[in-house]
Amino acid sequence: MKQTITCINCPIGCRMTVETNGDEIVNIDGASCKRGADYAKQEAVSPRRMVTAVVNVPSCQTPLSVKTESPIPKDRIFDCMRAIGNAELKTPIRMGEVVCENVCGTGVNVVSTRDLP
Amino acid sequence: MANMNEMYVDVLIIGAGPAGMAAGIAAREAGLENVLILERENEIGGILKQCIHNGFGLHRFKEELTGPEYAQRDIDRMEELGVAVQCDTMVIEIDSGKRVTAVSRTHGVQVFRAGAVILAMGCRERPRGALAIPGTRPAGIFSAGTAQKLVNMHGFMPGRRVVILGSGDIGLIMARRMTLQGAEVLACAEIMPYSSGLNRNIVQCLQDYDIPLLLSHTVVDIRGRERLEGVTIARVDEKLQPIPKTETEYACDTLLLSVGLIPENELSKQIGVELSAVTQGAVVDDTLQTSIDGVFACGNVLHVHDLVDFVSEESAKAGRAAADYLLGKRRAPSESIPVADGSGVRGVVPQRLCKPANNAQASGVRFMFRPDRVYQNVKVEVLDGKHTVKSVKRRILAPGEMAEIPLSAGDIQSLSGNTVTVQIME
Repeated sequence: MKQTITCINCPIGCRMTVETNGDEIVNIDGASCKRGADYAKQEAVSPRRMVTAVVNVPSCQTPLSVKTESPIPKDRIFDCMRAIGNAELKTPIRMGEVVCENVCGTGVNVVSTRDLP
Repeated sequence: MANMNEMYVDVLIIGAGPAGMAAGIAAREAGLENVLILERENEIGGILKQCIHNGFGLHRFKEELTGPEYAQRDIDRMEELGVAVQCDTMVIEIDSGKRVTAVSRTHGVQVFRAGAVILAMGCRERPRGALAIPGTRPAGIFSAGTAQKLVNMHGFMPGRRVVILGSGDIGLIMARRMTLQGAEVLACAEIMPYSSGLNRNIVQCLQDYDIPLLLSHTVVDIRGRERLEGVTIARVDEKLQPIPKTETEYACDTLLLSVGLIPENELSKQIGVELSAVTQGAVVDDTLQTSIDGVFACGNVLHVHDLVDFVSEESAKAGRAAADYLLGKRRAPSESIPVADGSGVRGVVPQRLCKPANNAQASGVRFMFRPDRVYQNVKVEVLDGKHTVKSVKRRILAPGEMAEIPLSAGDIQSLSGNTVTVQIME
């Protein structure tokens, strides 16, 4: 399979073409540095993203901001958002506290990014 | 006669965003006892509080933090050091004698006499009124930052079907935020043939969610009486004029504007600080002192930055400079050398260099500027008159990312006193 990927590492934004056979990289075209080629490999085989979100907490005027502790598979972003929305939260919450353990079976926790007294 | 109600502070900082916080910390660390920050909002942290996405702090902390996490690091440090902050307080007047008048519900009118003032008011978004888009004036049109505040600070979604005008980073970030929180983002229209946003944001905020980026397009009509009902987007020609018969209608209830940031210099104008027409911020020397003695400027009120890390770094420098000024450590400048934008360079900061008196300790400087377009494989040069004193190679320069070139203390000492020019050589 061939995919076109725009590099995000610098403002040049190389357009790279990656040819894959399953999880195996067959060829990368258009990368002008090693960082770009590494990014293209990762992006072609298993793209991952950090997810940040806000979630309303009962009786709180300010919503809680949260993040995944590390990037999760890109195709699980919306599942992750649903899980975050369904989390039952009670104040007080401390920055760094886990609000969703092992979100959607990704092995990644969702944690609070602020204190909510 | 001294006013009994006047309160003396060593350094008075206006704004407790990332710039004000870093300046306050640095001034305190440099030995000043009496540092006060005035903040008009009810919380410390400025724009960082509503920037819940990650990507902050890579340069400064070598890790990727969200906005609130980045702010908390400075808030914790301020508490450790005892940097005083008074929130819910609006500065309404500063005079050239560094007398600052502020109002708040808790204290009424307060007058401070400051040894030094640091301007750290940040910037504002360019509003719809500055764009001259024809059409009606319904509800549903927001600046991207306002929408960000509604969603992230108040838990309120401003709309369901969204069009974004302008592809600045805040607009791109909001395209993703609105999508993740359940809205449909139809398109992002950019009048220029390129986006001013980072590639990272174009990929991860638009492409990831199949949101089209319409380059060389703009909004030419806005419809709706009470609430926005739709916008018309058309292609523009090289002169940025809409091309007839290229119009497409979008039914939407929300239009977000991400069309530029303007340093908020109302107070600076009041004191008579000299402003630059290019950066729309103060003209400063290499200690970040403005044209008024003892008044310093840093962060987005000085020039709009892309990365908070560099705001913090610059502002810490202003804090140290204010401390040096008050503690009498400032080197006496023998002459002031003007710094000019050369070919390809826009808005170089600082705009003046103070050449120290003979034998005085000098420190280096880092010129910051934006290129006027994208350049690849070029040299950035610093000229003393016509003579090149510094030259560095750059693989890529783009208007969306601030560029820099350092000049050492020795280089500054050797300057002849003619105008210094920063330029890009192809």
